[in-house]
Amino acid sequence: MRAASTTTTTSTSTSSAGAATVAPTEPVTGGLGDSPLRPDGALKVQGRFAFSSDDRVDAMLHGATLRSPHAAARIVRIDIAPALAITGVRAVLTASDVPGTLTYGLIDDDQPVLADGVVRYQGEPVALVAADHPETARRALGSIVVEWEPLPVVADPDDVIAGTARELHPRGNVFRRQDVACGDQELVGEVRVEGTYEIGMQDQAFLGLEAALGIPDPDGAGVELFVATQWLHEDRKQLSACLGLAPERVRLTLSGVGGAFGGREDLSLQVHTALLALHTRRPVRMQYTREESFFGHVHRHPATIWMRHHADRDGTLRRVEARMVFDGGAYASTSHAVLFNAITHAQGPYRCLNATVEGWAVRTNNPPCGAMRGFGVVQACFAHESQMDRLAEACGLDPVEVRLRNAMVTGDRLITGQVVDSVAPVERCIRETVALPMPPDGPGGDAADPRLLPGGVGLTTDAAHVRRGVGFGVSIKNLMYSEGFDDYSTARCRLADGVATLKFATAEVGQGFVTLAQQIARTRLGVSDVVLEPIDTSIDSSGSTSASRQTWMSGGAVDAACRAVRSRLLDAVAQRHSIEVEALEIVGTDVVSADGSLRVPVTEASAGLVIDESAHYRHRPTVEPDAQGQGDSHVAFAFVAHRAVVDVDPELGLVRVVQIATAQDVGVALNPLSVRGQIEGGIAQGLGLAVMEEIVVRDGIIRNPSFTDYLLPTALDAPEVVVSLVEEYEPLAARGQGSRRAAVHIGNTGDRCRDPQRDRAPDRPYAGATPGHLRMTTGPRLHLWEVVVDCAEPAVLAAFYAGLCGCEPHRFDDEWYWIEPASRGGGVADAGGPRIAFQRVPEPKVGKVRLHLDLGTDDLEGAVRRAVSLGAGRLGDPVTDAAGSFVVLADPEGHEFCVVTE
Amino acid sequence: MGWDAGDIVATMSVTSPDSLDAALAALADNPAAHVLAGGTDMMVELNFGRRSPAPVVSVGRIPELRGIDVDRSARFVRLGAAVTFSEFLASEAASQAPALAQAARTVGSLQIRNAGTFGGNLATCSPAGDTLPVLVALSATVELASRDGRRRVPVEEFMVGPKRSALKPGEIVAGVTVPIIDGWQGFATVGTRNAMVIAVCNAALVVDRHDRSVRLAMGSVGPTILRAPEAESVAARMLFGAEPTSARADLLVEFERRASAAVSPIDDQRSTADYRRHAVGVIARRLLDRASREMP
Repeated sequence: MRAASTTTTTSTSTSSAGAATVAPTEPVTGGLGDSPLRPDGALKVQGRFAFSSDDRVDAMLHGATLRSPHAAARIVRIDIAPALAITGVRAVLTASDVPGTLTYGLIDDDQPVLADGVVRYQGEPVALVAADHPETARRALGSIVVEWEPLPVVADPDDVIAGTARELHPRGNVFRRQDVACGDQELVGEVRVEGTYEIGMQDQAFLGLEAALGIPDPDGAGVELFVATQWLHEDRKQLSACLGLAPERVRLTLSGVGGAFGGREDLSLQVHTALLALHTRRPVRMQYTREESFFGHVHRHPATIWMRHHADRDGTLRRVEARMVFDGGAYASTSHAVLFNAITHAQGPYRCLNATVEGWAVRTNNPPCGAMRGFGVVQACFAHESQMDRLAEACGLDPVEVRLRNAMVTGDRLITGQVVDSVAPVERCIRETVALPMPPDGPGGDAADPRLLPGGVGLTTDAAHVRRGVGFGVSIKNLMYSEGFDDYSTARCRLADGVATLKFATAEVGQGFVTLAQQIARTRLGVSDVVLEPIDTSIDSSGSTSASRQTWMSGGAVDAACRAVRSRLLDAVAQRHSIEVEALEIVGTDVVSADGSLRVPVTEASAGLVIDESAHYRHRPTVEPDAQGQGDSHVAFAFVAHRAVVDVDPELGLVRVVQIATAQDVGVALNPLSVRGQIEGGIAQGLGLAVMEEIVVRDGIIRNPSFTDYLLPTALDAPEVVVSLVEEYEPLAARGQGSRRAAVHIGNTGDRCRDPQRDRAPDRPYAGATPGHLRMTTGPRLHLWEVVVDCAEPAVLAAFYAGLCGCEPHRFDDEWYWIEPASRGGGVADAGGPRIAFQRVPEPKVGKVRLHLDLGTDDLEGAVRRAVSLGAGRLGDPVTDAAGSFVVLADPEGHEFCVVTE
Repeated sequence: MGWDAGDIVATMSVTSPDSLDAALAALADNPAAHVLAGGTDMMVELNFGRRSPAPVVSVGRIPELRGIDVDRSARFVRLGAAVTFSEFLASEAASQAPALAQAARTVGSLQIRNAGTFGGNLATCSPAGDTLPVLVALSATVELASRDGRRRVPVEEFMVGPKRSALKPGEIVAGVTVPIIDGWQGFATVGTRNAMVIAVCNAALVVDRHDRSVRLAMGSVGPTILRAPEAESVAARMLFGAEPTSARADLLVEFERRASAAVSPIDDQRSTADYRRHAVGVIARRLLDRASREMP
């Protein structure tokens, strides 16, 4: 752990906890551990908060973006003359007007500022307009003539992996191919469960739409940008490169942010706004509509994840196999890092020494995907938790029990070889979640109110149609940036006349950091007044408001700066009163000496002084993984358990999530109200992903870019949330400057609400839930898994029956083969239906079998002929009875079976 | 900073006549004008740029379009075209057409119900329009007005296709007359979330004890609201025939089968044809089940 370094050397004081012998005369209010209200809360609820879209200056122009209607096309010709001819149009810009680098990106700069001859996704920016009035700008967009030559759309990641897709970009079609392999690569467990899981594309759906105001310097050689973003300095780095300006000529100020959730990590309209402002030498304002916002930022990656878990019969996890395919869309964004998060979290919060994980993040003509709350871990979680349910079922265990049995503890190794040395209260999270009260009402709730039923006021469902299910999910999520990245934070604290002033570039996106920063200063300095300076690029970077990192990282920087100031204040008091500085401490709002002989209010002690200190804060370094994904690539982890109580109308597939209970590893809750707010928000977003939210994309075209058809949970869909905060002191952070972390989000848990047996999120009603999919709260549920045939040569019999049924023989080992034939009711072959397995036994067949196979067909004679040709013996003529006709045969080992007409 | 008038290059002319005659005259002068009532559909279209800001005739405040009349002796309820869903729900008319009240309650959010109107729901004529299946099942009649006079059209004939109605240029919806029917009636709608959602499918069932008939109307499962006469006959047999109680379950299943067979849904971003066909049958069956249990 690297400690925070301050710009001046200060003597380290004793910890505040050690000086509690002297009682404060006046305790600090609104300090750490309190829940002061956030300053933006009431304003937002009342509609008075100034979002970036409210920024305006006199004589500004209005920018607008021409976007591609095609998912893939060549631009044959663009004619901007008709747009320029419109009165009130001040500029029309295309790719050739970009003065610096034409492309940008967070990890790989592969995304054009404006399309240069080719577009790779629907909505890709092609041209910009600045006009006196937004309506004029809109009309001008319509008058730009673009001649398109549509190109074949690559929409399926499998085509990219198979190498059959055309090359979409000079930098190739694969963003990242990374394995994680550890332990025994051949291990086969006594129990094996597998499944393939799909996760849909989710939108961050922040309520404050993208907006920016760009103001050019009078000399035209610089620009000031007011923008809602997550990381001002990264924006500046990319912006200045595209504008061809030195970074210091590009100044950014954070404007009012209405939520981010990862959707503001990438640039959207930043370069465009600055370009138009510099080009016109006028202030330019840009703002997206809701529809445009769907095209203007990256989304959560849709993913297909196959997993096979190997375990002992008692449920002990032995090996995880996984193949993860993430569709990154047209441009790289953070696909590289999202994939790494997913594959390194494949084991979940469970002990597992052996793993074989294959990860792909690929380029397609779908909308670009990148950061969203949970950052790859959500997709992995949905898969591993579905697998844990399957494992529980296969081992005859309760879903909670199988999780407890495998729960990770501090000191366990991840599949990357990294030892989890942070607190890992997985078992405690699970047990506390289980102990939380269940909802008071039974299925269907308090019958009189239809809003408590699936289907709500749509009156689809009566209480009698409702069945209640309970699902569990447990998750691990990394904190901070990984793979060797130095995402330090910076803060400055100034104390003068009893007032503390804080300066940092930490983006406040609604997570509550401005409140927390004030709490830290109050507690460390004993002041009540804490002034926050504008959040801008006039101070060094604080890194991104992402990755659950700001409370720890920027909190650490603010804490370090405040401690440095405190140290100098105590030095000054010591000098003034000729007391050893080691004897001084701030208790409540006073500077006091250990023996109680001196007590000076901080306001008085700091009168006439100006103490100004800055600090950087760094977490311990991480490394890039090797080819097998091994290495200490993550910083630290947080854990969470969820229990979802869900009322389901199985016939219609409608749900009402009744309650989510959760115990979360939050470190120490520095602002408990804020932590609960984050937990409830994360649950709402997880619920959306589980049951309704999905950007529907067909052939690269978004079908539902509006809140009419992209459905977010409403207040009526929000469940009761019961929370237990698991507070365990984080020694990693404590070894720094005493900053402690608070859980910043739990979006990492895919709340598996509708139906624990479904393999898709969101699981919307038309996906076809049936009663059989629902795990009920009482009684075991049994279904036909397989029929096992004892035999001498499993390979021969598997080949025989596979040939007869037209499916694939599968080998587990020499002793065990199986097939998955098509089954009645529309079950197709090799799609997870009931199996026929063949196991080698030493004893021979004696007498007639007492359990035989009936294979259905619509062509009795044809089936019999095929059976005989494959080595069967015919034991009789067709017999017709009330149920149909059949022929008795014997397989190559003499087992009697029938072919029957359906 | 506000916009200077001189900057505004695209103007939108809005007429707010204070009488129906004035509105009809304005429309006759400009047949291409949009008729604005609550604006809950039009503003969405404008926001998406699907409509140009053409001239608008706002009818929401015209007194003749705002009346709610309940005539118990003649057994009808008349709703002016500009009556909002909230106004209807707060009026005594709601108790005379309970299925219509159920449908009105499912429209959007409270804010949408405060603005949206029956006339707008009819004129937009979406197959997913929340009140339309009920109006069809209740055999309601639409009153249309133009400068040339008035005419009355059964709701079933008013709807001619998706978002296409029998309205002629210069004509507006003036109101809708809903019979007060002696018998059970109910409505149900399926959405992907439990409120504020466009219907995946919906259905209204009306039992008429006077002529011993049952009417089933289903929405969002075809180009217009669809009736299901073959299912209706099964329902009438079940409710009014001499069928033994033991046949009840089979009749419900048969009713569901025939209801599903009567629809012609499509796949779109909101759902699939298969699910719609299945779900509309289920809610139709449940409505009939409720009717049979709750009928005196």
